Amino acid sequence: MLNYAIRRLLMLVPVLLGMTVIVFMIIRAIPGDPAEVILGEKASPQSKEALRQELKLDEPLYVQYGDYLGKLLSGDLGKSIRSKEPIATEIGPYLAATLELTAFAMLFAIVVGVNAGIVSAWRQNSWFDYASMLIALVGVSMPIFWLGLMEQWIFALELKWLPSIGRANPRDPIDAVTGLYLIDTLVAGRFDQFGTVLKHLVLPGIALGTIPMAIIARMTRSSMLEVLRSDYIRTAKAKGLSQLGVIYKHALRNAFIPVLTVIGLQFGLLLGGAVLTETIFAWPGIGRYIFDAISARDYPVIQSGILIIAFLFVLINLLVDLLYAAVDPRISYK
Amino acid sequence: MAPSLLELTDLHTHFATDRGELPAVDGIDLTIRSGEIVGIVGESGCGKSVTSLSIMRLLPEPLARYAGGSIRFKGEDLLRAKEKRMKQVRGNEISMIFQEPMTSLNPLLTIGEQIGETLRVHRPVGRKDAAAKAVEMLRKVGIPRAEGVAKAYPHQLSGGMRQRVMIAIALCCEPELLIADEPTTALDVTIQAQILDLMKTLNRETGTAIMMITHDLGVVAELCERVVVMYAGKIVEEGSVHDILTDPRHPYTQGLIRSIPRLDEERERLYSIPGQVPRPGAIAQGCRFAPRCEHAMPICGEQLPELIACARPAHRSRCWLNTAQEVAN
Repeated sequence: MLNYAIRRLLMLVPVLLGMTVIVFMIIRAIPGDPAEVILGEKASPQSKEALRQELKLDEPLYVQYGDYLGKLLSGDLGKSIRSKEPIATEIGPYLAATLELTAFAMLFAIVVGVNAGIVSAWRQNSWFDYASMLIALVGVSMPIFWLGLMEQWIFALELKWLPSIGRANPRDPIDAVTGLYLIDTLVAGRFDQFGTVLKHLVLPGIALGTIPMAIIARMTRSSMLEVLRSDYIRTAKAKGLSQLGVIYKHALRNAFIPVLTVIGLQFGLLLGGAVLTETIFAWPGIGRYIFDAISARDYPVIQSGILIIAFLFVLINLLVDLLYAAVDPRISYK
Repeated sequence: MAPSLLELTDLHTHFATDRGELPAVDGIDLTIRSGEIVGIVGESGCGKSVTSLSIMRLLPEPLARYAGGSIRFKGEDLLRAKEKRMKQVRGNEISMIFQEPMTSLNPLLTIGEQIGETLRVHRPVGRKDAAAKAVEMLRKVGIPRAEGVAKAYPHQLSGGMRQRVMIAIALCCEPELLIADEPTTALDVTIQAQILDLMKTLNRETGTAIMMITHDLGVVAELCERVVVMYAGKIVEEGSVHDILTDPRHPYTQGLIRSIPRLDEERERLYSIPGQVPRPGAIAQGCRFAPRCEHAMPICGEQLPELIACARPAHRSRCWLNTAQEVAN
């Protein structure tokens, strides 16, 4: 198991190396010039040329790439063109903000999606089944930006139940240690702030979690339907087990493996795909950080940001693969 | 004679289908006494499995409907029992083992957990005691290295071992009735004999009655005292194993016996009953076997014969031939 994990982590190296090449090429293929974006259109050609030299943008691509890779291998993510700050320190809070949001969104998606899927399968063709599968269908087809705006309109503007934007109350700043505000406030014992942070998470979390929730619900339902027809479920019933015992002890664990795959993939997708949600809810996350960097042609930030997301994506999927073995004794890694 | 343990009276089990409601079990009377081994024989689709699942009330309601009759277990009608009561009955008073030992065990739980679970559902025992009892049950069903097997997962065991585990699960609460639905069909012949032996021994030791569902008359000859032959949702013949095997009265039973391969006869081809079991609902009137019967008479297509005694009171057959014989006598 440990050997397998280490081997998989080593296999990450060529994957990430490939990522660096692709990202490096693609962002340089985008029209636009960082020097012009930074200095403005009216800057003189001389000053633009000077800046290009300073940023080493005048070197051939392979020299630039070699330079970038060399620094990367020594653990240096580079500096932002705009802020001149090291990306490694700058990106931390953004990453934490996104992690908190995606974790909350996935928690919502898993709890609601899995249970809706279970009940739908158990009561197949009931009104609950039809209703939840209709919601799931609407859920996957709903544009996030529209859902986000509707949430803000109804729950923030009209009902005034929940805050519409941001991560916390700006007049009551949070002492960030980990950058995950829920944890920071709990550790500091500030339960009032914890509540505020939680309230700020609800609307963007639901907006971001709706699509995965719908996908998980449909996956759980079809997987459960298959498992509920199996012989060992009949055995469990013949033993005199209660419905809940049959479902949660025998059926769900067997039905969970394909659901686990979907959860891993969705989690990874959300990490990089939260740009829309982060923009609508003014969430200072990594999606917006990279998006802004793209607009500013801040090459190092784009490269490092995407690399980190790719790394997390692969890491989560490795974790899912290892979880398979924990759920199913028939799967073992050598 | 031991008191009757299970009494099916005029049981009708219907299924809702696209072609309307169809009877899978169509008026069955059946009695099983304490400690007795009764064989239920018939081809696929004759309603024997539906009968057994009806007793356990494990058919998917409302798709399946118990349209009439009663299932009396120790005097209590299980068809009228609440689900809560049925949970007490299942696995505790009536147990069941199935045809497919390969898929009948949960692949994600250890053997020990799966045996202990039944015990913990029905008895006030702790996890530790249940685990110890599971090992004891594994020994009882003849599994070597029981401690190791209790910690194993189903995929690590052979088919025969898994069926032994199923029997251990079924018998750990000492039920009064064990329903075995073709428990040896999926196993090798040598393993089959071992499992039948085991069931016979356990029946003698624990006094658990066995309702043995099978299509194999060899299994019946080996294990049972009494046989019930079913055809298309109805009982066509019943009697002691000796009577049925040596003096079958219904042409269907005769066909079944003739289709057993024999070593002491030279035959070009094995006998097989022509045609197939009619689908439920396809039977209009008269004897259900008439279309496939070589003795069919005009009356067979018109009127369903009654299940009546022939030769001996306990040997009953549903055939016009018997009635004709009786009149002739």
